[in-house]
Amino acid sequence: MAKQATAKEVLLDPVFGNNPITLQILGICSALAVTGKLETALVMAIALTAVTAFSNLFIAMIRNQIPSSIRMIVQMVIIASLVIVVDQILRAYAFTLAKQLSVYVGLIITNCIVMGRAEAFAMQNPPGLSFLDGIGNGLGYSAILLALGVVRELFGSGKLLGHEILPLVNDGGWYVPNGLLLLPPSAFFLIGLLIWALRMWKKEQQEPAAFKLAPQMKAED
Amino acid sequence: MEHLSLFLRALFTENMALAFFLGMCSFIAISKKVETAIGLGIAVVVVQVITLPVNNLIWTYLLKEGALAWAGINVPLHFLAFLTFIGVIAAIVQILEMALDKYMPKLYNALGIFLPLITVNCVIMAGSLFMMERDYDFSQSVVYGVGSGLSWAVAIAMLAGIREKLKYSNVPAGLQGLGITFIIIGLMSLGFMSFSGMPL
Repeated sequence: MAKQATAKEVLLDPVFGNNPITLQILGICSALAVTGKLETALVMAIALTAVTAFSNLFIAMIRNQIPSSIRMIVQMVIIASLVIVVDQILRAYAFTLAKQLSVYVGLIITNCIVMGRAEAFAMQNPPGLSFLDGIGNGLGYSAILLALGVVRELFGSGKLLGHEILPLVNDGGWYVPNGLLLLPPSAFFLIGLLIWALRMWKKEQQEPAAFKLAPQMKAED
Repeated sequence: MEHLSLFLRALFTENMALAFFLGMCSFIAISKKVETAIGLGIAVVVVQVITLPVNNLIWTYLLKEGALAWAGINVPLHFLAFLTFIGVIAAIVQILEMALDKYMPKLYNALGIFLPLITVNCVIMAGSLFMMERDYDFSQSVVYGVGSGLSWAVAIAMLAGIREKLKYSNVPAGLQGLGITFIIIGLMSLGFMSFSGMPL
C-alpha cells in the first residue's frame, strides 16, 4: 500500500484492480447468501459500505492512541458498535428486510473486509483517506454483490426489485425461469465465472498453475 | 431423539459451509492441504463447542428480554448481543490459547497458528446468532455447537481433499486457483442440497 496514494486511487482501485472479493478472497460469506434477490443484496451492500467507511474513519482517528497489544479488541468493539447501529436502523425502518437478512447483518462484524481494511489501511493513514478507502472497498464489494443479485433475480425469477422484467411462462409470458439461479450453489458458479472473466481481462491477476502438464498429455485431448 | 435430529440437521442439511456459506474466507484460504484443513477444522469444533453454551447462558440469563427478572431489574439489553458475543468469542479464543500453551503444548503447536484466525471466522459468530434467533435452550446449544462445528470441519476436509487432486488437472489459465475452487464448492453445495429432503 503506497503511502502517498491519492484520494482517487484509494477510492477506485478496490473496485476493479484490487477487488476485495475476487482478488483478496475477503468477505465472501455474505456475498453468497444474500444475493438471491437484488433488494437484499442492495441493503447488504449499503450496510457493509457504511460500516467499513465509518470503522475506518474512527479507527484512523484514534490510531495513535491504540496500544498495539490490544488493537484487535479495540477494532472489534468499534466495528461491533457500528453494526449494532446499522442493525437497529434496519429493524426500525425495514423490518421485513432485516428479518430476511437474519444473521447476516450481525455477521458484518466478522466480515474480513471490515477487519482487514481497519488493520491494513486505517492503522497507518489519516482519517479522511481511510474513510475513502472504506468507501472504495465497500464499493468493490457492492459491485460484485449487485452483479450477482441482478443476474440471480433477473434470470431466476424474471424480476428486478420485485418488478416484472421478463414475463414468465406461468403468467402467459415467454420466459422459462432458471430455478438453479435461486438456489444457493448458483452463487458459487457465478462468482467462479466472474473471476474467470475478470482475470481474462486483467491477466496479471491470474494464479500460476502448481504443476505444468507434460506436452504429450496435452496432445491427447 | 430430538437432540439427535438437531445434531444431524446441523451436520448435513444446515451445513455451515455448504448451505449457509459461513466461514468462507478461511474455508478457501486454508484448504490447500488436507492436514492443515483438518487442524483448522478441529480448532473450530473446539471453540464452537465452548462458546455456544457460554453465549447461551449469557443470552438467557443476562441479555434476553426479561432475562434480568431474577435480579429484580427490567432493562432491555438485547441490542448488546452482537458486542457481547464477539467479546466472549475473542476472550475464549485468547484463554484457550493460553491454557493450551501451558497445559497441552503438543496440541498448542498443532492448533497454534489457527486459533487467532478463529475469532474472525464467521462460523463461530453465526453459531451464536442462530442460537439466539432460534431460541435454543442450554442442552440444545451444546448439541448444536458440536453439530455445526463438525459440519464445517467435514466440509473443509473434503474440499482440501479435492483441491489436492485438482493441482494435477489442466484448468484454463483464468480459472486457475480461486475460480475453479468456487465452482468446486458450488458442486459440493449442490450435493449437500440433496440432504435437505431428509425428514428430520
